[in-house]
Amino acid sequence: MWNYEKRLQHPVRITQTNPKIAQVIISQFGGPDGELAASMRYLSQRYTMPYKEVIGTLTDIGTEELAHMEMVCAIIYQLTKDLTPEEIAASGFDKYYVDHTLALWPQAASGAPWTATYFQSKGDPITDLHEDMAAEQKARTTYENILRLVKDPEVCEPIRFLRQREINHYQRFGESLRIVQDQLDSKNFYAFNPEFDTRQIFKS
Amino acid sequence: MMNQNPRRQELLDRINAVSFAIDDVILYLDTHPCDREAIAYYQECSRLRNEALKEYAEKFGPLTIDYAMRDASDNWNWTETPWPWMEGGC
Repeated sequence: MWNYEKRLQHPVRITQTNPKIAQVIISQFGGPDGELAASMRYLSQRYTMPYKEVIGTLTDIGTEELAHMEMVCAIIYQLTKDLTPEEIAASGFDKYYVDHTLALWPQAASGAPWTATYFQSKGDPITDLHEDMAAEQKARTTYENILRLVKDPEVCEPIRFLRQREINHYQRFGESLRIVQDQLDSKNFYAFNPEFDTRQIFKS
Repeated sequence: MMNQNPRRQELLDRINAVSFAIDDVILYLDTHPCDREAIAYYQECSRLRNEALKEYAEKFGPLTIDYAMRDASDNWNWTETPWPWMEGGC
């Protein structure tokens, strides 16, 4: 189960609204390399993962991604709070507003809705951990793309924190992959899939 | 908005810092379970975090459900303080 903690992992205090930049940052809520997809990816993959260190990593990083999703949502909420119809029309936020008013809804910057097809849960630890490492790098690139467009230091600061966490998570998934490979046939990592082919061994 | 009560901000900064240290070290420990130094660091941070969370709940309201109703409130105080994304939230 999960318990809620009534604080953000890292503070978000934005005093100037900016609906134009909110429409870009929303990709890290519901976009292809966003925090919702990251969390669902790791929390889905962990059930059949045969190594306890890797289950721990998937669980704890998947949990931290939920906290990142909340930070991204807080950024968007504060960037779009109390907008007037004139500000909405002038900023191009009208296309989002017409369907969602000022509520948060997981979508990519393009408007494409969040979908489980943004991630894979393949049931093979080498495959899944490579996906996870790639996901962290893709999220880092996205945050760097956002930082090139954002000038407001109150927005940049929490985005930089989130970017840094991607690098840290990448490191931990790399160590997880190493742990998995250490348990496999060193002459052929693909000799068997430890999430499937060894079920009889784990049972006995 | 956050600095109306300096003691509250100071305590919250402490909770955020020590909680982040835990967020980070647990990921390290998941892949390095035999590192005694990291385990000791986790234990110290965990102790400081629990102390700070308890003090915060007694003075300013709960941040975790375990410390709800530790202040002078008569009514359910979990929903009284601002939510994290709001002005005055944590």
